[in-house]
Amino acid sequence: MAAPRITIVGASLAGLRCAEALLAALPEARVTLVGDERHAPYNRPPLSKDAAEALAAGPGAGPEVFEKLRLRSKLAPGAVTLRLGVAAEALDGTDVRLSDGRRIGSDWVVAATGLRPRRLPLTGAEDRRHVLRSYDDALTLAATLRTGARMVVIGAGFIGCEIAATARKLGLHVTLVEPAPQPMLRALGARVAAAMAALHRSHGVTLLSGRAVAGFDGARVILDDGQALEADVIVEALGSQPNTGWLTDSGADLSDGVLVDDRMLAPGAENLLAVGDIARFANPLFDAVPRRTEHWCIPGQTAKRAAETIAALCTGQRPTPGFAPMPSFWSDQYGMRLQAFGAPALAETQTVIEGDLSQTGTAPVIVEYARAGRPVGLIGLGANPAALARHRARLTAALTPPVDA
Amino acid sequence: MKVHVDMSICLLHGQCVIAAPEVFSFDDDGGLVWLAEVDESLAADVEAASDACPEQAIVIG
Ligand SMILES: Cc1cc2nc3c(=O)[nH]c(=O)nc-3n(C[C@H](O)[C@H](O)[C@H](O)COP(=O)(O)OP(=O)(O)OC[C@H]3O[C@@H](n4cnc5c(N)ncnc54)[C@H](O)[C@@H]3O)c2cc1C
Ligand code: SF4
Repeated sequence: MAAPRITIVGASLAGLRCAEALLAALPEARVTLVGDERHAPYNRPPLSKDAAEALAAGPGAGPEVFEKLRLRSKLAPGAVTLRLGVAAEALDGTDVRLSDGRRIGSDWVVAATGLRPRRLPLTGAEDRRHVLRSYDDALTLAATLRTGARMVVIGAGFIGCEIAATARKLGLHVTLVEPAPQPMLRALGARVAAAMAALHRSHGVTLLSGRAVAGFDGARVILDDGQALEADVIVEALGSQPNTGWLTDSGADLSDGVLVDDRMLAPGAENLLAVGDIARFANPLFDAVPRRTEHWCIPGQTAKRAAETIAALCTGQRPTPGFAPMPSFWSDQYGMRLQAFGAPALAETQTVIEGDLSQTGTAPVIVEYARAGRPVGLIGLGANPAALARHRARLTAALTPPVDA
Repeated sequence: MKVHVDMSICLLHGQCVIAAPEVFSFDDDGGLVWLAEVDESLAADVEAASDACPEQAIVIG
């Protein structure tokens, strides 16, 4: 059989890891990696944390910071064809049409195009409104992070809370506006979210929860109750939307990301797979509901799975059934590590199993999350890694064997 | 194969401990310990640990 031609669209964590796994499994494959950013693949989590802080030192810091962010790769130079600074616009069957007018002939296409920040559908204050997803976003935002500046962060999800913490460290005045009653509520549940709210307040953040933005007026952010906040810097951190525009005619279910099965294949489309933040799949560790998961670990896990599938199908084998990766995520705020395993967002109950939530930020806390009496997640707040590892082993045991889908 | 963790960049995520428990572990104080020299039979686990490390702190030689 001729060497398979595989085009991976999206040259970030998921795309790069998929290229590596494909060449390890199918050394003869001809892999093209297409990315619309002009940068080599890099790591995003530090952009709201230490990289934002380092970039705030001035434009001169850029090259050194980027070198740390750049994803190290096992690929030999030239092992894949890298097409950076060009976007995929559409699929023609399994060929990929690019923004420069070219077309890449492909037998398989892997979608790894990730997410873009959601924006408020409001006009005004355009000169000071920022989002944070890419290195270029971070560069522009970092230039505004000056001691004494007034920052308004809209949306207290993880990225909003992290950039608020980083800005406090740099001496900015920070107001965090969140429509929900607590920050990071969906991901953490009410009790831990309340503890995180207290942590932000104790570090000098003005947290306005249960409030939404109604508009912008010059340099002011106007809230739904009429309150006006003066702002030098505004960060819109309202969550993200999947980059699926180029897949419109693919036949895949694009209702929220790309729906894929346990082999990362998109039903309804021809030889299309999806990996990383954009992939929506059921995880039998929890239930049969397909979900997107925006954690750093997912790109690596799904990329390997997609490569196994392509390798099996190209060599006339059947991919092994079943895919049940253990999710994990972390966040760093005010020097405290929040480390989660499993799916705390699915839980109905939270039980503190070590420490005391009122001590969050000063002493270790471990919380177990359960649904229908069964553990589904675990969160450590400044917890000892060894202790957390022991509880994680218990969680893994409780989640396996997976529930029948 | 030789395994090294650059402790100046390791942030103790513990992903390596999950991916390759025979090679990486935490001591009781929460410090990371690892085997500096591992058998080739564990190479895949060490590679997986290196991929799973969010700080790219694991150096395989
Ligand atoms: C600021 C920030 C902080 C984070 N912190 C954490 C954290 O602490 N812990 C954690 O677990 N996770 C964190 N994450 C999440 C983690 O970074 C993501 O899960 C991960 O980046 C997803 O990788 P991906 O490759 O699927 O998608 P992405 O990294 O989004 O990459 C998609 C790539 O595809 C490109 N692209 C899009 N459309 C096209 C097109 N049509 N043609 C070509 N290329 C295209 C994009 O420009 C991008 O380069 C954070 C994310 C951000 C932004
Ligand atoms: S995964 Fe990386 S950062 Fe985490 S403990 Fe292991 S080496 Fe350190």
